Amino acid sequence: MHGRLKVKTSEEQAEAKRLEREQKLKLYQSATQTVFQKRQAGELDESVLELTSQILGANPDFATLWNCRREVLQRLEAQKSPEELAALVKTELGFLESCLRVNPKSYGTWHHRCWLLGRLPEPNWARELELCARFLEVDERNFHCWDYRRFVAAQAAVPPAEELAFTDSLITRNFSNYSSWHYRSCLLPQLHPQPDSGPQGRLPEDVLLKELELVQNAFFTDPNDQSAWFYHRWLLGRADPQDALRCLHVSRDEACLTVSFSRPVLVGPRTETLLLMVDESPLAVEWRTPDGRNWPGHVWLCDLPATSLNDQLPHHTFRVIWTAGDAQKECVLLKGHQEGWCRDSATDEQLFRCELSVEKSTVLQSELESCKELQELEPENKWCLLTIILLMRALDPLLYEKETLQYFQTLKAVDPMRAAYLDDLRSKFLLENSLLKMEYAEVRVLHLGHKDLTVLCHLEQLLLVTHLDLSHNRLRALPPALAALRCLEVLQANDNAIESLDGVTNLPRLQELSLCNNRLQQPMVLQPLASCPRLVLLNLQGNPLCQAVGTSEYLTELLPLVNSILV
Amino acid sequence: MADSLPTEFDVVIIGTGLPESILAAACSRSGQRVLHLDSRSYYGGNWASFSFSGLLSWLKEHQQNGDSAEESTASWQGLVHETEEAIALRKKDETIEHIEVFCYASQDMDDNIEEISALQKNPSSVTSKPLDSVCLSEETNSLHVTSSETPAKDTPKSDEEISLEVTDVEDILAEEKYCGDKTCINTASGGDKDENKPIEEDNTDQPKRNRITYSQIVKEGRRFNIDLVSKLLYSQGLLIDLLIKSNVSRYAEFKNVTRILAFREGKVEQVPCSRADVFNSKELTMVEKRILMKFLTFCLDYEQHPDQYQAFVHCSFSDYLKTKKLTPNLQHFVLHSIAMTESSCTTIDGLKATKNFLRCLGRFGNTPFLFPLYGQGEIPQCFCRMCAVFGGIYCLRHKVQCLIVDKESGRCKAIIDHLDQRINAKYFIVEDSYLSEETCSNVQYKQISRAVLITDQSILKKADSDQQISILIVPPMESGTCAVRVTELCSSTMTCMKDTYLVHLTCSSSKTAREDLESVVKKLFTPYTETEIDKEELTKPRLLWALYFNMRDSSGISRSSYNGLPSNVYVCSGPDCGLGNEHAVKQAETLFQEIFPNEDFCPPPPNPEDIIFDGDDKQPEALGTNNKIMAKPDSSEENKNPESPENHLQD
Repeated sequence: MHGRLKVKTSEEQAEAKRLEREQKLKLYQSATQTVFQKRQAGELDESVLELTSQILGANPDFATLWNCRREVLQRLEAQKSPEELAALVKTELGFLESCLRVNPKSYGTWHHRCWLLGRLPEPNWARELELCARFLEVDERNFHCWDYRRFVAAQAAVPPAEELAFTDSLITRNFSNYSSWHYRSCLLPQLHPQPDSGPQGRLPEDVLLKELELVQNAFFTDPNDQSAWFYHRWLLGRADPQDALRCLHVSRDEACLTVSFSRPVLVGPRTETLLLMVDESPLAVEWRTPDGRNWPGHVWLCDLPATSLNDQLPHHTFRVIWTAGDAQKECVLLKGHQEGWCRDSATDEQLFRCELSVEKSTVLQSELESCKELQELEPENKWCLLTIILLMRALDPLLYEKETLQYFQTLKAVDPMRAAYLDDLRSKFLLENSLLKMEYAEVRVLHLGHKDLTVLCHLEQLLLVTHLDLSHNRLRALPPALAALRCLEVLQANDNAIESLDGVTNLPRLQELSLCNNRLQQPMVLQPLASCPRLVLLNLQGNPLCQAVGTSEYLTELLPLVNSILV
Repeated sequence: MADSLPTEFDVVIIGTGLPESILAAACSRSGQRVLHLDSRSYYGGNWASFSFSGLLSWLKEHQQNGDSAEESTASWQGLVHETEEAIALRKKDETIEHIEVFCYASQDMDDNIEEISALQKNPSSVTSKPLDSVCLSEETNSLHVTSSETPAKDTPKSDEEISLEVTDVEDILAEEKYCGDKTCINTASGGDKDENKPIEEDNTDQPKRNRITYSQIVKEGRRFNIDLVSKLLYSQGLLIDLLIKSNVSRYAEFKNVTRILAFREGKVEQVPCSRADVFNSKELTMVEKRILMKFLTFCLDYEQHPDQYQAFVHCSFSDYLKTKKLTPNLQHFVLHSIAMTESSCTTIDGLKATKNFLRCLGRFGNTPFLFPLYGQGEIPQCFCRMCAVFGGIYCLRHKVQCLIVDKESGRCKAIIDHLDQRINAKYFIVEDSYLSEETCSNVQYKQISRAVLITDQSILKKADSDQQISILIVPPMESGTCAVRVTELCSSTMTCMKDTYLVHLTCSSSKTAREDLESVVKKLFTPYTETEIDKEELTKPRLLWALYFNMRDSSGISRSSYNGLPSNVYVCSGPDCGLGNEHAVKQAETLFQEIFPNEDFCPPPPNPEDIIFDGDDKQPEALGTNNKIMAKPDSSEENKNPESPENHLQD
């Protein structure tokens, strides 16, 4: 057998491997045990560093051992001379690097490096940036490393322009990179600060156009890559709307003041401070939410003492000052009037265009054109369809209403997995459109029937509505937020799929409630209705509970004053 | 080393081209005693790469071949027994024809400036001018090691040390004079040449960095590794798979080809082929990007969507592309630069080729190709090294005079070498070019047209074009001719000197290489002397030096076309015209399976720790000490690279 190699058989190999692994496990376990013993005994010396480095070198995700190391290092800091410490830090940095090579996505290792660098008197940031560049060269999507890079760049005060160029180079290599796009969204506003008056976080038009071109390149190249679409959405988005008080309503009957905010807030002793001035003098009141739950909400209300509502003065003024939001609003209750209110005659922009900015409608228009172009090529691309819908919303929600609904239909067909989400989004947009139309008409009667709604939102905008028709939709609940409709007198919600009535609670003026042909199963779900003092007519025809035994008895007991129709 | 070779082997392999070398490695790896011979002084046969001086010597050898008929015929005939007959092998290599060399770079020599410029001015009328390149090679290296009669094993290596000192060159020049060199093998006339003495000072006085003179090229000749055959490795191709599987890859280093180029409407442009390319392209519109990506994505699994092409299976691929909404430039990119097919190829073949291209993308980088550092010639040597590691014996400059066939069994049993030594073996593998005219009288060979150019700039100048390796397909200028494949190598591939580019042109021949390729060369380049040195704005890169030759393409020849070969004599072909190395690998594997149907083809070498050493072996390093490497690969002077496989072997 000349020149032929003799090679171990596979059984021999397997046996050798098994023995080796056994040996390894023994070593690992005994080292771990020793470390824990030493830690317990307070022996935090270099031997612990040595032992932990053996274990962490093989398994860098052992978070407790990193803690152990930090304890040792902290202790050694006090004991060693600067030269010795420098040597120690150097070894530690080298060791960390070797751990990162074992697992470049180890939380513990990156964290330890942050900790160590943060403690150094003269950290070598250039070296750290170099390290990041090397690890991102291997895996450009390692978000641990991106995180660390942002930390280093911030510490070393690297000019944003340089970091932006770095993201450029990685996006050039592979644009499917959430981290890189995200970093751009942080860097660009830093590079192009807006004047104080303008909305924060927005970009000047020339920069915006350049970014849009870049991101368009990405989604025309691969429209199924989400990272580019997300960045696109950020580019078109706008900063949070300015804090404002949307509506103030005073009711003499209920002796109650209701405030609607531009964002959910939590009003309480230690949170958002709300100041009430009645006839220019402060009044201490207790604020609560309409549904009685103490959590952040758009609508808060308070009871007014009789003195603030008496008829002796020709009118009372109520001023609410929202100190945290730097906003205030005033309304007047005239003598002889039951109620008074002040509502923003808000234009649509301030109301609903939270997702997309309108500042540059030409930019949006051209974005819409290119998305439509892409959609023609990729009729089944969900990201493209969704972006078209959002762009249309931003440009003119009422003008594009019909077209938007068609796109929703297409989108639901190509993305059935998200049909429910899309239904909800569509409901939201339809509601917004209805509110916009209402806004122009200044009416207190709102018809939302036959709209295929699956969800109710923006209810805080309906503070003044007295008649609401929700019939012939696909609603499954009347949500708690409905309690904000303090003026509601008649609510029709026939022919839905309503199972719960949590929102029909504490409605002071509700008289008629029609819930025909819904899915109310048990009489128990009617419980909230008991909190509506003026309810006189309740129509429950065509609900399963009509067949249930004892329903009418239950109703008589629960709502003695209500004329209930069951059959 | 012993004076004579052992006389008993399992396999004798004649020729060190790629398929032979792979076979040698495979045989040796599976435990066969292998003797691997080459009559040339270098590894690789027509797969070799040469330094500039090495190439000049090769050129010279090939035109000397013509007259060397002095060989005495019958010294070996007495060695053939009565029960045997002999099949003579070919004495000289006839695979290279129509060599033409043009030097455009300034010669910078007082005594013959006149003559040279006269030559340069009419490069098209050169058929019978002196072979200037060879004559101009003032630096006569000793590579063309005098006679093949010298036994390789006792040749002292000292005289292969090539010195570029001016004094040495002059010494050598004093000894050797070339006379009667001919430009083309097929034309007999020749002229005496004066020696050209390089004047070193001229170079140092050069004011402009990018002005490259001929003597600079000669002086930096070691920087060149000029491939005789221009090929690339498909990163999902058979050769890469084999290199990885057999672990031969550790003997070589590779660089990614960085650019796929297209030549359209007289302009060279970059073809976006990967996702990143398409994203970054400034030339394509958004819609084009989408359409191109969509088409390429479809091609990746076109078999899954028969509805998209079924109606077009009888059309040509180019007609099919017209139906896919691709704009004309995208059609051009797909047809010529990605599928790399002729316009006439069928839809299915085009889709297949496109898929193959795309499949190779992204494995090692943004293009589908790899190029071996130091040239394609490295690859056969790597396999030879593998063979030697497992005990194969190597002899270069070792001619084989004949094969001995046993009359009774009809099987070949031995060879007789140029030392009249008889060497017995069970199997014989012979490269086509070693077979005699008689054996090949029925064989119809194709030809490959080749050009090798040294230029001063990239064909597509960009900021970092000195780091680019580019491949460009120039579609046929007129119907009936072939597309020309252009590969441009930068100096970081270790195949040319700094500030120059090495350009390879390849097509299958219809006429002589120059006739086939010159029109493309003229479109892409401009001769150095025609441009004013002072003119900074140059649109085309300038030609410094050019070589044309035709190479025989012995691929695709059926074994039955060879006359009277015994069944245990197997034939390997020389390089084919294709871009990849698939043909060579396939051939090697097929032949290996034919010879040893039960053996694994180049299995991965065992883990060092799994090797069991017999008690009588002294130390674990025994694997290396067992080797009987008689002539080490790389001892010839083409390989001066510091990263030569030898270094790898040590570790």
